[in-house]
Amino acid sequence: MSVVSFLSSRHAGIGRHVLYVLRSNPVTAVAAVGAAALLFIALFGPLMVPYDPLASDVPIALQAPSAEHWAGTDQLGRDILSRLLWATRLDLAIALSAVGLSFAVGAVIGGFCGYVGGRLDRWVGRFVDVLMAFPLFVLAMAMVAALGNRVENIVVATAVINLPFYIRFARAEVNVRRNAGWVEASRACGDSHLSVVLRVLLPNVLPAMAVQISLNLGWAILNAAGLSFIGLGVTPPTPEWGIMVAEGARFITTGKWWLVSFPGIGLMLTVLCFNLLGDGLRDILDPNMRT
Amino acid sequence: MLAGIVRRVGRRLLASLPALLGVVVVTFTLMRVLPGDPAVFFASGPSAGREEIEELRHSMGLDKPIPVQLVRYLGEIVRGDFGRSMTTGQRVVQDIRNRLPASLELTVTALFIALLLSLPLGMVAALRPGSMVDHAVRLLCTLGVCMPTFVSGLLLIYAFYYLLGWAPDPTARIDIFASPPPDITGFYLIDFAITGDSEGWWAAFRQLLLPAVTMALFVLAPLARMTRASMLAVLGSDFIRTAHAMGLSRFRVIVTYALRNALLPVLTIMGIVFSTMLGANVLVEKVFSWPGVASYALDALLASDYAPVQAFVLLMAAIFVLVNVIIDILYGIADPRVSVA
Repeated sequence: MSVVSFLSSRHAGIGRHVLYVLRSNPVTAVAAVGAAALLFIALFGPLMVPYDPLASDVPIALQAPSAEHWAGTDQLGRDILSRLLWATRLDLAIALSAVGLSFAVGAVIGGFCGYVGGRLDRWVGRFVDVLMAFPLFVLAMAMVAALGNRVENIVVATAVINLPFYIRFARAEVNVRRNAGWVEASRACGDSHLSVVLRVLLPNVLPAMAVQISLNLGWAILNAAGLSFIGLGVTPPTPEWGIMVAEGARFITTGKWWLVSFPGIGLMLTVLCFNLLGDGLRDILDPNMRT
Repeated sequence: MLAGIVRRVGRRLLASLPALLGVVVVTFTLMRVLPGDPAVFFASGPSAGREEIEELRHSMGLDKPIPVQLVRYLGEIVRGDFGRSMTTGQRVVQDIRNRLPASLELTVTALFIALLLSLPLGMVAALRPGSMVDHAVRLLCTLGVCMPTFVSGLLLIYAFYYLLGWAPDPTARIDIFASPPPDITGFYLIDFAITGDSEGWWAAFRQLLLPAVTMALFVLAPLARMTRASMLAVLGSDFIRTAHAMGLSRFRVIVTYALRNALLPVLTIMGIVFSTMLGANVLVEKVFSWPGVASYALDALLASDYAPVQAFVLLMAAIFVLVNVIIDILYGIADPRVSVA
């Protein structure tokens, strides 16, 4: 069998497996479509919005949803639907960059710890323990406050509180593989340790970590929205889901439900999509872990 | 047995000291980077002269290098001195002592509600896997983890305060027209119960219910999921089949034999659950204007007032360590196979 036909048959096998899983679990397909829709809104949402998300129109403030304003208007008369769609880009960007940053740093640190072991492993392990001893949301709060009240710092804070999970995960996964035959083989071929970790071990661990990423994305979104809800990071009038809920909170006791509900539903659906996608990915990659 | 437990607890507490020290150092460094100069704040006013501010900086030790300040701070912590809050003007220890019961009452009630709901739900789902009930519980869990606490809290307020009018005004621990109970334990429900004031107890309970349910919903999912998974595993094991074969009643098998064994994994994740609840406290207290330690720390944080924030973070870490030790002991009691020595 030539290499090419071997590869293509292998891919067909994976494709069939993916199709099989999707058919037996249509929820994953729905979640994938949902995630794609979210990305589409994030990219093109600002082009689709009916109104300027920052333009206030006080005479029509606090109006319930109507044919003109599908999600109603807020306390300054801004169109909530427009703000909601605009906010998708910022919220997804925060979550994706935080998780990406956390993943990149965590995988490399954890990978080296699992591969090298010894003193490095012990010290990093201790550092991770300290990080885990914090109530993580509180740590994120303190970090944003200390680093400065900016969006970039929400990303950094969310990345740091995700870091322990990635370090531990990558460490454990690399540790069980470090003495495998194919790792030995690459070393015997003259690969340096650096190259073994970065080009042999980490790519092998990647599929398992992809599941972790997808599951963490939802958590990252909730964390970032929580931070902006308590007044950290994003400043008004920037449209962002957490801050929209915070601004609407004042009007909930007088029955203005639409200010809170729509950004709340946006948050919930986004997290739901990524969580379901993570579950589905896990089913595809590792059928043993199904619950 | 008892000596074994004491030794085990002592060892666990000792082992957690480096982590706690790490927490103090990290928080201290973070807080020193915070913008804002406490000396300016403590000076007599905006018109205070440079000399006065310098004097204050010197007396507060702010002119020394950060490592020196850190050592000084550690010494103060050991003596139980956490400094003074700039926003309330009181000693931080005093402020926290006043506000901690509110937070603990909320968290413990929420945990209680969550266990009360999640254990039966997980059990029922495990008894009939694949049934409608199982799917309903899974749906509930999936949605539960997706809902941000601050949104579910606000929606509960909308439903139960605005629409139905069952819940009281979500502004504090007790109605502004009612008088708080005498300060015995600081836990309103216990204090009202001690003084025998059933009306006050009911008022405090109504006030507590909505925020507690909000927080319980947040941790319902992991608890119910874990109960279901471990119950399923236990129900499939040999000793359950034997118990059935011996003709024991279904109730006896499930509650006496299966549940006790299924609870162990649930106990293990309680530490994580409690930790997430401590974090969620910040959001829930903000939504319900609950006068607890988390909202105190948040106000201090937003005002660049770092003494309360440091004390708060250390307190949270200490509670977290303590809870884990307690879980460890409970685990040893629930499962005698775990060596206590």
